[in-house]
Order: sequence, then C-alpha cells, then structure tokens
Amino acid sequence: MPDLHFGGAEPTVAERAAVDAVVADVGPAIVEMTERLVYAGRTRAVERRHLLLPALHALQRAAGWISPGGLDHACRVLEVPPAEAYGVATFYHLFTHEPPEAADVVHVCDDIACRPLGAVDLMADLRAAGHHVRPSPCLGQCERGPAVLVQRTGGDDLTVTSAGVAEVSVAIDRGTSTASVVLPQAGSTDLCLLARIGVVDPTSLDDYLAHGGYRALEAALAMGGDRVIEEVAASGLSGRGGAAFPTGVKWQAVADQLGRPRHMVCNADESEPGTFKDRVVMEGDPFSLIEAMTVAGTAIGAEQGWLYIRGEYPVTTARLANAIAAARSAGFLGDDVAGSGARFDILLRIGAGAYICGEETALFNSIEGYRGEPRNKPPFPTTHGLFGEPTAINNVETLVNVLPIMLDGGAAYTALGTERSSGTRLFCVSGRVNAPGIYEHEFGITLGGVIEAAGGVTDGTEVRSVLLGGAAGSFVGPDRLDLPLTLEDTREAGLSLGSGVVMVFGHEDDMVDTVRRIAEFFRDESCGQCVPCRVGTVRQEEVLVRLRRGATLDDERELLDDLGAVMRDASICGLGQTAAGAVRSALDLGLLEGAR
Amino acid sequence: MNGTPVGTPRPLVGITLDGKAVKVPEGSTILDACRREGVDTPTLCWAENLTPVNVCRVCVVEVEGSRVLVPSCSRPVEEGMVVGTDTERVRTSRRMVFELLASSVRMDRSDADVLDWMDHYGARPERMGARDEIATVAQPVKVQDDLYVRDYERCILCYKCVEACGDDAQHTYAIATAGRGFDAHISTEFDVTLPDSACVYCGNCIGVCPTGALVFKTEHDMREEGTWDESAQEVTTTVCGFCGVGCNLELHTQDDRIVKVTSPADHSVTHGHLCIKGRFGWQHAQS
Amino acid sequence: MWVVDPRRTTSARFADVWLGLDVGTDIALANGVAREIIDAGLVDDEFVEHATEGFDAFAAHVEPWTLERTAEVTGVPVEAIRDLAHGYATAPTAQLMWTLGITEHHTAVDNVLSLCNLALLTGHVGRWGSGLVPLRGQNNVQGGGDMGALPNKLPGFQDVADDEIRARFEAAWGHTIPARPGWHLTEMFEAMERDELKAVWVIGENPADSEADINHARAMLGRLDHLVVQDVLMTRTAQMADVVLPAALGWAETDGTVTSSERRVQRTRAAVRPPGQARKEIDIIADLADRMGADWGRPSAEELWDELRSLSPMHGGMSWERLESEGGIQWPCPDEDHPGTPFLHGRLWERPVGGRRAPFSCVDDRPPVDGLTEEFPLRLTTGRALDSFNTGVQTGQYNSPIRSGEAIDLSAADADSLGITHGERVMVSSRRGSIEMTVAVDPDLPVGLAFTTFHFPEQADVNQLTCDAWDPKSGTSEFKAAAIRVQKLSAQVHA
Repeated sequence: MPDLHFGGAEPTVAERAAVDAVVADVGPAIVEMTERLVYAGRTRAVERRHLLLPALHALQRAAGWISPGGLDHACRVLEVPPAEAYGVATFYHLFTHEPPEAADVVHVCDDIACRPLGAVDLMADLRAAGHHVRPSPCLGQCERGPAVLVQRTGGDDLTVTSAGVAEVSVAIDRGTSTASVVLPQAGSTDLCLLARIGVVDPTSLDDYLAHGGYRALEAALAMGGDRVIEEVAASGLSGRGGAAFPTGVKWQAVADQLGRPRHMVCNADESEPGTFKDRVVMEGDPFSLIEAMTVAGTAIGAEQGWLYIRGEYPVTTARLANAIAAARSAGFLGDDVAGSGARFDILLRIGAGAYICGEETALFNSIEGYRGEPRNKPPFPTTHGLFGEPTAINNVETLVNVLPIMLDGGAAYTALGTERSSGTRLFCVSGRVNAPGIYEHEFGITLGGVIEAAGGVTDGTEVRSVLLGGAAGSFVGPDRLDLPLTLEDTREAGLSLGSGVVMVFGHEDDMVDTVRRIAEFFRDESCGQCVPCRVGTVRQEEVLVRLRRGATLDDERELLDDLGAVMRDASICGLGQTAAGAVRSALDLGLLEGAR
Repeated sequence: MNGTPVGTPRPLVGITLDGKAVKVPEGSTILDACRREGVDTPTLCWAENLTPVNVCRVCVVEVEGSRVLVPSCSRPVEEGMVVGTDTERVRTSRRMVFELLASSVRMDRSDADVLDWMDHYGARPERMGARDEIATVAQPVKVQDDLYVRDYERCILCYKCVEACGDDAQHTYAIATAGRGFDAHISTEFDVTLPDSACVYCGNCIGVCPTGALVFKTEHDMREEGTWDESAQEVTTTVCGFCGVGCNLELHTQDDRIVKVTSPADHSVTHGHLCIKGRFGWQHAQS
Repeated sequence: MWVVDPRRTTSARFADVWLGLDVGTDIALANGVAREIIDAGLVDDEFVEHATEGFDAFAAHVEPWTLERTAEVTGVPVEAIRDLAHGYATAPTAQLMWTLGITEHHTAVDNVLSLCNLALLTGHVGRWGSGLVPLRGQNNVQGGGDMGALPNKLPGFQDVADDEIRARFEAAWGHTIPARPGWHLTEMFEAMERDELKAVWVIGENPADSEADINHARAMLGRLDHLVVQDVLMTRTAQMADVVLPAALGWAETDGTVTSSERRVQRTRAAVRPPGQARKEIDIIADLADRMGADWGRPSAEELWDELRSLSPMHGGMSWERLESEGGIQWPCPDEDHPGTPFLHGRLWERPVGGRRAPFSCVDDRPPVDGLTEEFPLRLTTGRALDSFNTGVQTGQYNSPIRSGEAIDLSAADADSLGITHGERVMVSSRRGSIEMTVAVDPDLPVGLAFTTFHFPEQADVNQLTCDAWDPKSGTSEFKAAAIRVQKLSAQVHA
C-alpha cells in the first residue's frame, strides 16, 4: 500500500489495545522483520481491510468516539489510508468523530412507529434528566415503543423498550437490556418458522437439539448440495427481503461458479422502519439461523459465511455470537461440519447505523471495510458479490424457511400459501392494533385478517390507512383490507409486501407528519452517492415540510412528481428507487390534503 | 511469449439505438456506442481516464426490459439491446439531475458542455425554492497553500478527484468521501488542511474536476480579480522539462503567461496525469 | 513488488518486500541472486541457450556468492535473498527498474551489467511485461545521447572512431571530424586541472553546484581562461562566467524534440515568448557560428530534425509530421512505415536471434571508494525529493507546500548516540569538506546511514561532502556513497 501519511495524534492505551485485539489473529499489515527487511504491500493490506469495521467498533466502544489517534492506529495496523478510514467512520450514525459529551449516548427512536407513542416527549424528558440524547431512525422495537438504544463507552450497549425516563435510568444503572418479547402466537401449533420461539432456551444448543435442532442440516448433508438446491427450488421459496427473487435460482447460480471462492451472506441488517421480525427470530431462536446458513453454505459450496446484523440490536447480537460459538465447539461449524467433511464457518459482522447497508451490495462494501455505498448492478452478487466473488445473500426470514423445506421436502412446503406464493410470511404488526407483534400467516391471508389476528384495531379508532411493506412500501386505505397478501395480488395492485410491515394508522394520527418523517428518513439514510437520491430526498422532504407549514399542495404537485420520477428511474439502488413510493401513495390517498 | 499481445479485432454486437440498428465492438459501453453514432450524451462523473463510478446518473438511457433507467457510461452493450436516449423518461431524469445539482451547488464555472446540456434539457433549478430556503452545499472556499484552491460550494460529488487521488492515478489517497447523504463531502481525515494531509500536490484532482471546485490558485486569483479570460487563452502541448517520463503538458497561456497546466487524457504516457513538478513547477518560465 | 534500497523510500512503502541493503553492495546482491537462481535450477535454459553467451563462465564466476556470503556482504537476511531470487525467476513477467542509486557509483556500469545478468538468466527481457528499465532522471538525457552529446558518439549513437560513419557525416557537414573521442564531463575537470582545458561553454548545466566534491569543481572552473554559460536562469555557474548567453526554455519557449526514458521522441512547442534578451538556443549557436565565419543560416527545428534523420538511421522514419500526429515514436524507427520499437531487445526472442547474442558479464563487488573509518563512520547517500529537481534552479521558483527544506536525515539510534535531536544544527564533514546542516531524525533509516537531498545548495552545499571518485566506464561520480562525520556544533567549537 501507499506511503501513508499520519498526523501527530497518538492512541490511548485503551484504543491501542482495542485495535490490536481485532488483528490479534492475523497480525498487522506491516511486519518489520529486521531493520533491513519489511514485509508490507497491497496484498497484505487488502487481506485485512475487512477488519476496519470491527476496528472502528472497537475504537468507538473503547473511547466513545473515533479519535484521530485511534483512527491513525487502526490505519497503521491495517494499512488503510486515514482519509478513507475517516470516510468510512463518518458514514455510520453510531460512530462519532468528535469527543463524546457523555459516556452513555441515549438514542431514542422517533420514527413513525414510536412517534405516536410519545417519542418526542420522551426525548425532552430524558434531556431534562441529564441524558445525552440523539434522535434515531427506527430501532426495530415497534411492537413495544418508545424504544431506546443506550450506546455505552467501555461496556455493552443496551436496548430499553416501552421506555420512560425511569426505565432508561434503571437499565443504565444495572447494565441490562429489556428482556426479549413474548410472541403473541407463542405455542400455537400452526407456526412453522416461529414454532420454537418462546419455547426453546435461545442460549442453549442442547435445548435447541432437544427441540429438533440440526435435523435439517443432517438431512441436507445426507442429500448433498445439488438435491438441497433442487428442493429449495421445488419449494418455490422466494426472498423475503422485498424483491421476492426465487431462492433456488440464486443458490444454483452461485453453486455453478465452480473453482472460485464462494460466500454465504446472511442479511440481518433489518432496518426498514416498522420492521422487527428478524430480531424476534434471532433472539428467540438464534440457532435456527445458524443452522439454516450452514445448510445454505454447504449446499452452494461456500466455505465462509458472513452474518451481518444491524448495530442497534445488542441483545440479538449477543445471542448470535453465543450460538455461533456453541455451534463451532460442537462441530456444527468449522473444518468438518457435523462430520460431513464440508468446511463452513460464520463470521459475525455488526453494522453501525446505516439503513442503506441492508441493500445487498452496500452490505458487501460495509463488510469489506468500505463506505456502505451500493454498487451498480449488473454484475450481480451471484457472480460478483462479496470481495468480488460469487455470493448468495439471503435475509434471515428467507433462510429460516429452508429448515422446514429440508425436513419435509420442497413439495410439502408448497402446500402452504397459494400456488404462486408458497409458504408462510412473517408480518410486523404495529400501530393502532390491540396486540402488536410478529405474526406468522400463510400467504393469502387478507390485510384485514392480519389486523384482526393482532387483536383488531385499537378501541375507539378506525383504520385511516395502513403502511404496507415499510417506509419503502405504500400507504393503503381501508378499502384495501380485503386484499389477499400474496406476491401476485400485491404486485397486481401495484404494492409490495416488502419486509412484511403492517402499520395501522387511525384518524387521530398526524399523517402529514408521518409522511414527512418518512421523507426525513430517506434523506437521512441516503448514502449520498447518486444525485437523484442524495438531493432528491432532500428536496422531497423540503416539500413535505412546506406542506406541513401550510403550502398549497397544488403548487408542489409537479415538483413531487418530477422528484418521484427521477428518484425511481435514475437512482442506483432500491433506496432511491422507492424513496418516493410512500409519499406518492399518501398523495394518491389524499393523506396530504389535511395539511394546513 | 514474445512481443506485444496483438489486439485481435473484437466481434461486433448489434443493438438498436434510438430506433437505428448499429453494430459496436463487444465490450463497448452504451456511452461508447452513443459517441460512435454521434448521439450527444451528457456526462459529469465519467472521464476517459477514470473508472466509471456511475454516480451522477445524467447519462442514463432507457433500455427495453429494464425496470429503471441504466447508466450508459458503465453498462456494456448486449446483443439485441434496444436503447432509447431521448425518451420522455430519459429527458425528465437528465433535466432533474441538472436541476437537483444546480439547486444545491454553484455550477456557473462548469465545463462549457455542462452548461450547454443544462440549457438543452431545460433545467430550471430555481423552482426547487429560493437558495436561502433550501439546503445547499454553500461553504467558505478553502485556500490553504499557494497551489490549490478547493471551493466545495461548487462540488457535485462526482468522485473524480477521489479516483484520481487514489486507485485510478496517484495512489495517494489524501482525500475520500466522508459523511453521508446530503452531508457527504470530499475531505481529508478529520478535515485536516491539505498541507497536513497525504496530498502530494500532483493536481490530478484539479485535472479531472468538471465544475471548477478544484482549481489552480492562479486561476482562482485571476477570477477573483476579474482577469481570467478563457477566450483570450491559448493551449500549447509540449513535454515536461523535468524527469524522463515524458509527460505531455498542455500549457494554458493568457497574455504570454502560463495560467494553468493540464495534460491530454488520451495520451499513452500518463493519460492526463502529472506530478507536482509538471503541474506547478513552471514559475521559472514567468520570471 | 520488491524494493531494494538502502533507505525505506516512498516506493519501498508500496512494496510487498523492502530489502535495505548496504550502500554499494548491489553487485554482491545481484551475484548472490544469480547464484541462487542457478543453484535452484530456475534458469530459463532455453533462452540462455538461444540468446546468450558466456553462461558457463558466469556460473563459475558467481559460484562463490552463496546466500550466506551475500547476506554477510549486503546486510540483508538469507531468506529474503532466496525469496527475491525465486520470486524474480518464477514470475511470469518481471521488470528490473532502477535509477541513480545504481549508476552514481564508481561501479556504475558493472552495477547495470550485474542486473542485466539476472534478466538474461531468466529471460525477463525483450517481451511484454518484462525488461530492464533504467528510469532517466532528466527529460532529455536520453535525447542528448541521441543527438551525439557524448564524447565518443555521433548522432544516433554512431561511433566517432568508425571511418565509414565519420565519412558520411563529413560529407553531409562539409567538414572533417576528429576521429579521437573527446572528454566526458569528469575528464574535462581533470583536463582543467592539468591546464589542458582552458575555455568552456556550458549549456543548460550548473556544474558549480552539481558536481561531486564541489569545492574542487569550483576551483577548476575558476582556473579557466574563459567560461561561457548559456542558461535560462542566473545559476551559480553563470555567476562565475565571463560571458552569459541568456537562453529560451526548452520545453515552454522553443520548438524541438526530447527523448524520454522509453526512447520516445516527442515534440516540444513554444507556448510563451522568451523574456528579455533570452533567445532560442538554435539561434544563439547559429549566431556564434556566424561570428566564427561559418554560415549555418537560421535553420528551423524541423530542418535540423530532418538533417538528423538523414544521418541517424534509428531516427530515419520519424518524420516531423509523424511526431506531430502520433504523439511520439520510440526508436529505432528506420523508415516511415516502421511503427517504432516498444521492446528494444525483442530481437533476442527472434529465431534465429536477431543480431549478436547477449553476453553475460562477470562483474565483481567493489566497495565504495570513500571508506568508512572511525573518523568518518557514517555513510551518506544523496537523492531527490518529489517536488524538487537537481540543484533547484527551476523548482526553487515555485512555492511547494510539501517542501521542508534541506536537512540531513539520521537514524534514531545514531542521533541518540551523538546526543543530537531533531531540528538541531550540526557540522557535517567528509574528507573533502565541512558544512552546517539541520538534522531530521528518520525512524526508518538503518543505523549508520545518513541521507540528504541536494536541491538547496544555498541552504546546504551538500556537494562539498560528496565523493568525486568516478566510474572509468561511464564517467559518473560516486554521489551515492560518501563517508561522513556528524558533530554537535558545540563539540565542534571545543574540538
């Protein structure tokens, strides 16, 4: 690597130790063998670049910020240019590059689900109580808001839900997060994906095994990779991340890349506002995801799995880390997976506050130690994915579907759901319903059916609109409650199930503010790479702010249309392409007419 | 094992470009095809001596079968591809890209073709709102030495300077994109001054900047004084007087004085890139 | 990429491996690498058989250079030398690139030959991606040679002692040409000392700052009966001159050609008018010819070029028009249909070999002339900084933000043992002179090595220290290896 230039700042003892621990296994990029012999160079630097994100986390945790001395040390050890590392560090909300004002930073979700639950007042109260508060986009605790993430210096981060000032203070004093939620459907015999949640001890491999764990892997290893992929293809399983791409086709494309190193990546960067299903699965049944990744990895011929989880899920992350370690020591991961001779292991990578990193190619860049900016497609991940190598990337919900397919076969799986939408779907139900939470239903249930299953609409109100699919989805009106929730029916209606969000709004909700908050979300979460999204999301939010301040809708309509067109048509990735979707649907439903 | 690898002629690929059947060499981009066929296609972040980053999105075209528009600068042609470069969707997106940029960035010192394209597509950035009521990248100009001026109020974030500083030319990595979203900006680490950074003052970033955000201090000063006059300038190509590499220099002269130095991007020796001596070491020709 | 350099330079920081050999042990390293390549059976036997001669003698010559002995002489570990040998020999393509660290030694030509041996052993020459690449330090040092600015050559590297060649030039120029080679620069200074050379015309060179052992060089210039300096700026040499002929800048004020490191002839063009009384060098020379009674007219650059083409076969195909339209052509280019020659030694791969076979050279390690002693215990080597050029005549005129001025770099250990801190002024002495300098402590510098640039003679007259021992084959002085002593100023006063 080049002749790097460093400033005069020195790392603290804690910062130095934190970074050195990250590279303990592989050693630093530059090795001075003697005064006359130094090994360094591009290859060594490239091999270590993926440790930049973990090193930044280590620095942030050690010092409460990414200091110049700490960053320089990480850059020396990894041979990363400081300007690039600074560019990476400043990309993420959870990394700060100014000296910390307090040891604990209290991130309060003020997004669309928590806002109606008093998030704005909570921020004021917490500030009054002396906390250092930062507003946050959706923290993925929508069934039990308002949600708080306490980011701690020198200690583990904490999640606090149904939070008030007292709850936050107690959590900080004790250093404990709120316990995981109980599943509304827990124990129901109809459950396929969620059957073990609330039943099994999520920290115990033995208990997982006692509840049928690792039988799917056993079956998969017995049938071999080709059969596994055939069964997945036969099941009709499609991606649950929003694009609904057939999983079997994706796996086959990667498996076909013989002779090249391949990767299995699990996208657990669940950050879509209103979405919390993957968290519930990973917290309640973490081994199932590890098992499913192992099935996928061994089937496609990948030796390395990467599990990328958003940085706002400390409890979930700890469960997964525990599960990976336990699986490894029991021989379910490693050089000889379950005695099969196959090699597969999983590295856990933690995001740092960036919705865009849920976009698959941005996620690759994030793992690789670069800014989480999406790549242009084609080429696609199946041939040019992580580190430019063939990669199967699936989200959590998609992967856990693989376990029943392995156990019962692809054909049996098609019995669930509809002909063109096989299986079950997880719905994240929040807003004005009596029993918010994660629900598993077969494809084909109506929107109204989902709301009914969640205890129906809160007493005293009625549905004014439902946000379907998340912030990247659309608002639908009460006239759509009979819509069957399948891929084909939603597509025909010009809608998307997205991440399974069903967020119910009543007449008491300030829809203009909600839509404005969605616009603000996209503005904040745009990576900034392409012009349509970087500036378009800003201009869109400005229009919404003007509307809320009393501007006339008719004066803004043409601009909104043009902004929507350029973002949808010319943005690099799905974030920009969908950033106007909810606004557009709100406009069509007349939800913005109420603006003063 | 001997001799130069001989370039075998590339097979031709047939595409339809604005309704006309054309053949272009395999591996060409749609933009290459447009240029061959004389179809004027606006670009901002593309340059012939840099890897396409396709971030500005002003070169987008409509490709049949594609849900969204595709960047012509980086998409290779495929047999049978049907490309529209002047459809309603394309015109809207191109106009909007210019409007979005011009509403947030000062574009008036952009390359002449950029200003022509803005006019051609009918960009009306003022409809985004008054400049003091909408977000812009307005900020003070950075003058930190006698060679460079960085006027980031004019930066459209095309990434060209980052590429020229990094993998595509200089491998110095003094600057990178920092921040995110609308706050994304080109920066040294912790925004240290350029003399305190890794910068080696090759000026290759200035060489590729399309909007006048990065300029020679000579140019900046003359513009401030009101003496900069491109119509009175001549450009003469010669060879650098320092080392033995043989970099070609384009000397921009006004009133018999050198006012800035560029290098031809299509020259095989250094593809438009120079070092500090070639780019700035010409004061002895002025004394 | 491997970088072999006594200092961990900027280039070394890009490298996969940096080998910090002792100054002046290049031949030892090359011979050791060659022996290891032979010993490990990594020789490209087919190429050696086909295109070279003298292999057996060479193999016998390097046989004593075991890895252990090489390590002992060069100061770098055995394993690294072995890795270098194997890496170079087994790479599909490999280039050896060097600059003045190889050629500014009293063994300059032998240093180069020792590297040529490696390319011949492995066949890494004359084909795409492989080769021997001397990086020229100046924009037209190659062109100077092309034009015959060498004491033993006529334009096109044609031997002045060859009667047939001389006859062609005599016919074209209408004048006899002495068959005896002239002096090169170093010999000229020796001739000045013997009072055999009494008048000198210096064109575009600043020897009063740039020569090794500069006090001696200045004394020699001072002895001359007559010194004429033709230059673009008032250099130190010009200040010593009896007559100064102000000249136009070659690259910005003159039409002409230059030849780059890769033998590429390219056009320079006038962009601005020369200031004041400065004139184009062609005009100055032609005027002088007039005063001497010759009538050369006022040839244009193109007319001069066409004359060269008529006399130098390697340039014959490079018409002025082609130079304009093709952006430069690499010689040899014998006729107008010839595309030029990207690989000079491609002939070695032709079957049968084009021209004569390439000989191995048996060359010996010979340590620097200026030996280290207790009195002069540190090795000083000199080099350039990115933003500056030679004696700073031109680059001193612009204000570089990355320029830190002249200093002598010392290793941390040497600075410590001398009780010297970063930024301190010290007295630096060699067998030839003493100057005051500022110390910069460089933590990457090996113990015993000191470094300085030579761009700022007005700040630090570094060439008072350098050694003027020179290579009889090239005439180049050993700038890269002086023995010095560094003393605290206070200690020096008390001594």
